[in-house]
Amino acid sequence: MIQLTINGKTREFSQTQLTVADLVTQLGLTGKRLAIECNGEIVPRSTFGEVQLHTGDKLEIVGAVGGG
Amino acid sequence: MDTLHIASRTFSSRLLVGTGKYKDFQQTREAIDASGAQIVTVAIRRTNIGQNAGEPSLLDFLPPEEFTYLPNTAGCYSAEEAIRTLRLARELLDGHNLVKLEVLGDPNTLYPNVVETVKAAEILVKDGFDVMVYTSDDPIIAKQLEEIGCCAVMPLASLIGSGMGILNPWNLQIIIENAKVPVLVDAGVGTASDAAIAMELGCAGILMNTAIAGAQNPVLMASAMKKAVEAGREAYLAGRMAKKLYSASPSSPTSGLITGK
Repeated sequence: MIQLTINGKTREFSQTQLTVADLVTQLGLTGKRLAIECNGEIVPRSTFGEVQLHTGDKLEIVGAVGGG
Repeated sequence: MDTLHIASRTFSSRLLVGTGKYKDFQQTREAIDASGAQIVTVAIRRTNIGQNAGEPSLLDFLPPEEFTYLPNTAGCYSAEEAIRTLRLARELLDGHNLVKLEVLGDPNTLYPNVVETVKAAEILVKDGFDVMVYTSDDPIIAKQLEEIGCCAVMPLASLIGSGMGILNPWNLQIIIENAKVPVLVDAGVGTASDAAIAMELGCAGILMNTAIAGAQNPVLMASAMKKAVEAGREAYLAGRMAKKLYSASPSSPTSGLITGK
């Protein structure tokens, strides 16, 4: 099991291995324009398939919204 | 043609608009079309997870191919938060590096924290960002931000969202006269005359959101702002007549009157 903090909330995943790409699919965010930071570092979109997530990782998943 | 140059980019519109506070995305789009703006600001926020995967997004209504996005750091109170936000924005927008830096100092006034702003600007410029920076109307700080390498300096006219208009035209004028980069008024404009006055002072452009989104008819106000910015710019370029205090000067001939002697 992998436990992650995503956008400030703790979530558990049953897999033993989870890439950022897997996470995006599992969260239903496929095809959405987003950017991801893991433990304070940007995860480039081109590496989503390779970057493995580990218990305790803190992720921020963001998008663009209206603002001034 | 009179164009606005920011970093290596050229724009025909001098009105930059925010995309917040509209009734819906359709109204956002209509107002932005009426404003003629080419640069639109956006905020970077946590994505809603597990909610309405199919719900429309701002980007569906304002395609990034059609507009120049200006991601902001609204809501950031430290250099570190602002830098993280803009690095995420750059990744989100496929390497797009033109950004609006704002570091706030206080949630009631939303007044900029210029110390943190300067810190963030130094790091962002070194990191390859083209930084348009929101700041106070302090001419010394404005100059420092320019010297750091910010591509545009954007002093407030008055507090964000206040609609109080231009409270200190004298400081704005000092900033404009000293600057070698474009100076844009960002925040505080309330109505079209405020925009015209800012442009007449010599501002290179104006960034606004609430003045349009908060009007009773946002689309009509967007159109008014477009005209005000253009009118103010033309008046600035034309060079206004000198003010003659206590001394009138008739516009009609003084001779040939029917009562003439």
